[in-house]
Amino acid sequence: MQDIAEQLLTDGPDPALIGGRDRATGRIMFPLPADAGRFEPVELPRTGRIWSWTVQRFRPKSPPYTGPEAFEPYAIAYVELPGATIVETRLTGFSFDTLKVGLPCRLVAETFGGRRSYAFAPVESLDD
Amino acid sequence: MTDICILGAGIHPFGRTDGVSGLQQGVFATRQALGDAGVDWADIEIAFGGSSAAGNADIMVNELGLTGLPFINVANGCATGGSALYSAFAAIRAGQADLALAVGFDKHPRGAFDPKPADWGLPDWYGETGLMLTTQFFALKLRRYMEQHGISTTTLGRVAEKAFENGALAPHSWRKSPVDLETILNSQMVNDPLTKFMFCAPAEGAVALVLGTEAKARELGIAPVRLKTATVRTRPPGSFEVFAPSLDIERGPSPTVIASKAAFEAAGLGPADIDVAQLQDTESGAEIMHMAENGFCADGDQEQWLAEGRTRLGGRLPVNTDGGCLACGEPIGASGLRQVYENVIQLRGAAGARQVESARTAYSHVYGAPGISAVTILQR
Repeated sequence: MQDIAEQLLTDGPDPALIGGRDRATGRIMFPLPADAGRFEPVELPRTGRIWSWTVQRFRPKSPPYTGPEAFEPYAIAYVELPGATIVETRLTGFSFDTLKVGLPCRLVAETFGGRRSYAFAPVESLDD
Repeated sequence: MTDICILGAGIHPFGRTDGVSGLQQGVFATRQALGDAGVDWADIEIAFGGSSAAGNADIMVNELGLTGLPFINVANGCATGGSALYSAFAAIRAGQADLALAVGFDKHPRGAFDPKPADWGLPDWYGETGLMLTTQFFALKLRRYMEQHGISTTTLGRVAEKAFENGALAPHSWRKSPVDLETILNSQMVNDPLTKFMFCAPAEGAVALVLGTEAKARELGIAPVRLKTATVRTRPPGSFEVFAPSLDIERGPSPTVIASKAAFEAAGLGPADIDVAQLQDTESGAEIMHMAENGFCADGDQEQWLAEGRTRLGGRLPVNTDGGCLACGEPIGASGLRQVYENVIQLRGAAGARQVESARTAYSHVYGAPGISAVTILQR
């Protein structure tokens, strides 16, 4: 399957998001910025905790949105990946009424419009 | 240094005006501002203006007159109006002009804004997968803030309730009917925790302000409203901005915090000196967070402030006395100037039923993507 963007996440059965570490300051950003001289690619931690969340209750305008015409609300969050950065993401597998700040979650590859993208899914704890 | 004054103010009513272009609304507001100041278009020495979706502001010379003046187009997202005013202020202070115009107008299609990722230096997938919505940013910033500082959804509802109450008293507002708290809290959820009535909507409208030196005010026989400062700041490291695929774990202040501090310093005033404030309220939570970011209360105190009605008309610090963005809608180019217009009307004592008694010092704050804040402090 094609990826929704190059250098977004690693290949293989247990992918990780690819961020960029500023060679001078150590600051990590996501996605990997184009400036290869300044930023080196780094694999981001696969697990983290919900830092903030909301539910998208109306269909975003197209363009730019390319999701299905038949709209289903979806949850999104910022997830804090310890020691790295806080990434914005769609959530998958969470029931909306259980969402709260601090819940543990894990990166999963998710198919979006026939291409490989990413989301975060619930986990029991951060040990697994 | 000479004081810079607002000599004339004009507005085209906000909301929806079918059959009148954004540009025409800008011309309407400009003519009103010129009339208010008692000057002619030919007297204006420099102009700054902008719109986000209704064309180039300098096209207005076609209708206003080809006087040859320098007319600079401004584009700074939601802070466009604030940036136009800042530029006019700076031009007069630099001695480039004695009389300047700041104008903003807009006319947006219905529904949420639909920004293009490339315009914001972002990859296409960010928009394609449904992560690039301003409403999401507001909700995400707010959820975090509520969690950290104990803000309740009732307080969010109270902000909207106040906005519609005030809007009903302002001739230039869009929403003219009060909405009760229960209706606000129980209306359709848009981006949790924000319901339909807690969001402003893109709209139409125009505002123009004529600025001049103190000498010019005397010459025209105008009791001036002094623009003590117009301050603009972009984001510092660690701020939480709209359209951010990632945030630094180490958090920092917002552009509003640094703009506000700089503005108070420039004016030689503090939050306690302010009698009336217009704070960016693209949604209820924004007003809550901006109360603290602008230094008017500590984080979390908003809960008590709103419960006690301190920001309502008659309260200790009335906020968004014309209903703000919630009741006026948000024509991007005009919105920041509407706040200043409302403050001018308040300081002139001409605000009628929404008048803040003996208001002498007024504050305005507008925020725009991708992290810019503009603050003004006015004094009579």
